[in-house]
Amino acid sequence: MTTLDVMFTAIGLVTAASAVLAVTTRQLVHAALWLVVTLGTLSGCYLVLGAELVALVQLLVYVGAVVVLVLFALMLTRAPMGRSAAHSTSVPQRVAGAVVAAGTTALLGGVLVPALGGQAVRVHEGRTEGVATALFGSWVWPFELLSLLLLVALVAAFAVSRMPVPDERAGRA
Amino acid sequence: MIHLGVPFALVAILAGAGVYGVIARRNAVLVLIGVELILNAANLLFVTVGSVSDDPLRTGHVLALFVITIAAAEIGVALAVVLALYRSRGSIDLTEPGA
Repeated sequence: MTTLDVMFTAIGLVTAASAVLAVTTRQLVHAALWLVVTLGTLSGCYLVLGAELVALVQLLVYVGAVVVLVLFALMLTRAPMGRSAAHSTSVPQRVAGAVVAAGTTALLGGVLVPALGGQAVRVHEGRTEGVATALFGSWVWPFELLSLLLLVALVAAFAVSRMPVPDERAGRA
Repeated sequence: MIHLGVPFALVAILAGAGVYGVIARRNAVLVLIGVELILNAANLLFVTVGSVSDDPLRTGHVLALFVITIAAAEIGVALAVVLALYRSRGSIDLTEPGA
């Protein structure tokens, strides 16, 4: 075990535990808050791996923006507060979900860990300058295309949220 | 120096938790949380491989940044769809048959 191994294991245990809690907790808002813990500690994992830029973008975009959107969506859909079993599906479907999830974990872990996890490898630290040079050099056209995608997504979200309410719903209410 | 077994085990656990969240939740926003976990598992794989490989293009880190951007766009549109669903049906329970 090297120092980085110990650090990654310590942070990764929190990440894994909070990820499992985020999908199993019975309180809606707690799920979003456990997601904050998962994404924040995952950014710590990126720091251990020497990817400072990705860690900061993860903090800014995921913890800063995505989780706020999720919390707003929970509030706007009148999410019931408090403990409730109504957020999960029936017991047979949850058992099937657990089986599929265990299969996914076993498959991914069984392929990746024996194939590449054996020997210790060197982590390249301090590569932010190289990432920035590559991002605005070789990758500049995909990067610009992504800004276009963000614009399209913004307009699409606006258009979808302004769609008129169907008449039958208004008739029922 | 780092052993890649630990990050890869975390990738597997995150992906498994996300798959469970997608299948076992009936609230649409909670399903989206599962999707986010799957995307983050893919991202961790990108960053791990990008950090240990000698690639002049820094493909792993750059693709991780791209995935974060696409995930932000995806969650924006998806939550707009969820809100439209809530306005037209009065509930975002995914097990209810469509009206």
